[in-house]
Amino acid sequence: MNEVQLFSTCLAEEFFPEVERASATILQRLGLKVRLLKSAFCCGQVAFNEGFRSEALDLARRFMAACDPAMPIIVPSGSCTSMIRIFYADLPFEDAELTAKAAAIRPQVYELSQFLVRVMKVKRLGARFEGAVAYHPSCHLMRELNAREEPMALLSGVEGIRLVEVRDREECCGFGGLFSVKFPHISGAMLSDKIDRIRQSGAQVVVSNDCGCLMQIGGGLSRAGADIKVRHLAEILAAR
Amino acid sequence: MAVSPKATDFFAASEAGAADHELQRKLESASARHLEHFAEVRDEFTPYENERATARAIKENALGRLDELIVELTEKLTDHDCKVFFAASADEAREYIVKLATQCGARHVVKGKSMTTEEIALNPALERAGIEVLETDLGEYIVQLRGEPPSHIITPAIHLSKEDIGELFHEKFRVSYTPEPEKLTAEARTRLRESFLRADFGITGVNFAIAETGTLVVVENEGNGRMSSTIPEVFVALMGIEKVIPKLSDLPHFLEILARTATGQKLTTYTNFLRGPRADGDLDGPREMHVVIIDNGRSAMLSDPVLRESLMCIRCGACLNVCPVYRHIGGHAYRSPYPGPIGSIVSPSLIGSSTAYLPFASTLCGACKDVCPVHIDIPRILLHLRWKETSSPAPPPWPHDAHRARAGARMFARLARYPRIIRFLGHIAAVLVKPFAENGWIGSMPPPFANWTKVRDFPAPRPGHPRPANSAGKSIRNGRS
Repeated sequence: MNEVQLFSTCLAEEFFPEVERASATILQRLGLKVRLLKSAFCCGQVAFNEGFRSEALDLARRFMAACDPAMPIIVPSGSCTSMIRIFYADLPFEDAELTAKAAAIRPQVYELSQFLVRVMKVKRLGARFEGAVAYHPSCHLMRELNAREEPMALLSGVEGIRLVEVRDREECCGFGGLFSVKFPHISGAMLSDKIDRIRQSGAQVVVSNDCGCLMQIGGGLSRAGADIKVRHLAEILAAR
Repeated sequence: MAVSPKATDFFAASEAGAADHELQRKLESASARHLEHFAEVRDEFTPYENERATARAIKENALGRLDELIVELTEKLTDHDCKVFFAASADEAREYIVKLATQCGARHVVKGKSMTTEEIALNPALERAGIEVLETDLGEYIVQLRGEPPSHIITPAIHLSKEDIGELFHEKFRVSYTPEPEKLTAEARTRLRESFLRADFGITGVNFAIAETGTLVVVENEGNGRMSSTIPEVFVALMGIEKVIPKLSDLPHFLEILARTATGQKLTTYTNFLRGPRADGDLDGPREMHVVIIDNGRSAMLSDPVLRESLMCIRCGACLNVCPVYRHIGGHAYRSPYPGPIGSIVSPSLIGSSTAYLPFASTLCGACKDVCPVHIDIPRILLHLRWKETSSPAPPPWPHDAHRARAGARMFARLARYPRIIRFLGHIAAVLVKPFAENGWIGSMPPPFANWTKVRDFPAPRPGHPRPANSAGKSIRNGRS
């Protein structure tokens, strides 16, 4: 394999635009040619999760038209990867050709850290980052994609990093996509606990691989006036 | 307390729960205790993972031939002189039991813990008929004294501390206040004993119904299920159609996983095998035994290929204990006898449209799926129900702000088909909100993002303006947060 496709996701494009370049940099340093998937914008998860299946189908069609099923598709997000890799199987594509294409694309879709550790078999990327870092595992990455070790293995290989533990780190931050604005009171209560635990951890930076979590946790830290930043995993792994 | 009058109550009730830090503290410590006990017994005896797989396979098989198993069970129970009644709906089940109690001249009903009786709202109906109903499970007894429904399917009084219970007993029984669990339990026990001895009608639920032998299995820890099913002259067991398992040899697998996941025990203290009324020569047991088998939406669930899996649930409550939403709002907020993740997937079918919001009230974090002893894929079922609700002819009426958020998401999804247009709009949005951003975050946003900034700041959009490469380290001090 010498070429991969990179889909940076809509939230990253809009709110964390450095994620695309950082992800591409990491992949290029491993000798891979990176093709950016720019003719698609969103995997359709936001529509799918809300029950708007025809809109989700339209976006899935668009996404699939943009990719080449013969080449790995790297997505720097646990939840978007889950959407494509797992939940595209639940979308009622109306023709056999699309169903077959979805079946071909799904196993080619990898979350960034999983691709690095499981496919490329690397853990040390020559990254350097100074500071106390807390890793926040995103729910979909852990529980739909079953990747608990990969991000930690990669972070442990970063020079200068000091990893700190957040109590109950596997508990959801309360983002949940539209859940965050439909049920702000519940989302906020969950976030508030998360912020307290992050503050107790002594972290200077919270790292996650999902922009949804970064928006939620970053927004909570900013509202609380905490001097703690949020960064995407790719940014840390690309830092030198 | 099975059905709430207004569907939108969920929003008000969950808001109250989310603001109740005392409640959250109690739920957190109770859940942590549960999980700790579970971890201790998880791998004792047979390997737990094998048991999960076996139990699921048995349930899968049973659901595939539920009709024939129910016939087999009914025949066996009838052979043992039980009277079996099929109830298509909650109303039918409730009316049958109330009528039976009235005809028997029942005055004092004692109940073992049963969520299915909550589902059919049995207690208020019996009370309206002038019959006294006493919950005999300690937790149920406590919430009944408070005039509340249970807030957890295994631990009904999980929302109360020992101090709360001490005060309750002090107030209701005029005994001196004590928060000591042993003393409180002794007090309840003395009172419950008297009630058992004068009870003339007993009701319990059923954990497993073995088709092969016509045996109903009721597990419990206090002996109250045994007394409720053996002391009164007339005994009624109420069960959903999904409780049936094929063979006696299937049972141990379920006893193992249920005790472990529900209460962190190796085995429950009492495992009751109920086969029929008192036979000639028996020293005790009821004179009459009735078994009410209820559908109430279950066969419709069975015919839905995604929802079907939810009928494998053994009601262990583990998903409630790990659910961050449940732990932040408490069981009462769900306005259903079945709260938490499992409640969110079964309530719309078993309780009705007042619970249509529950599948949406989840972050889809999947902690429930991880812990479920029979591997029910709860997030996938939640997604399925969201789609069904959204495409139904009468979708639930959303509060204004939530409706607007959903409409906004739908609009976004439609526009996102055209990447150039959506990117252009993204750039415009970034320019418009830039003046309001401070250190990269915005404190107050207009609808449909107003609800976002109610509880946290919003990230200033900056498409096409990435932080400089290799600045991640430096920007901890200088960049936007």
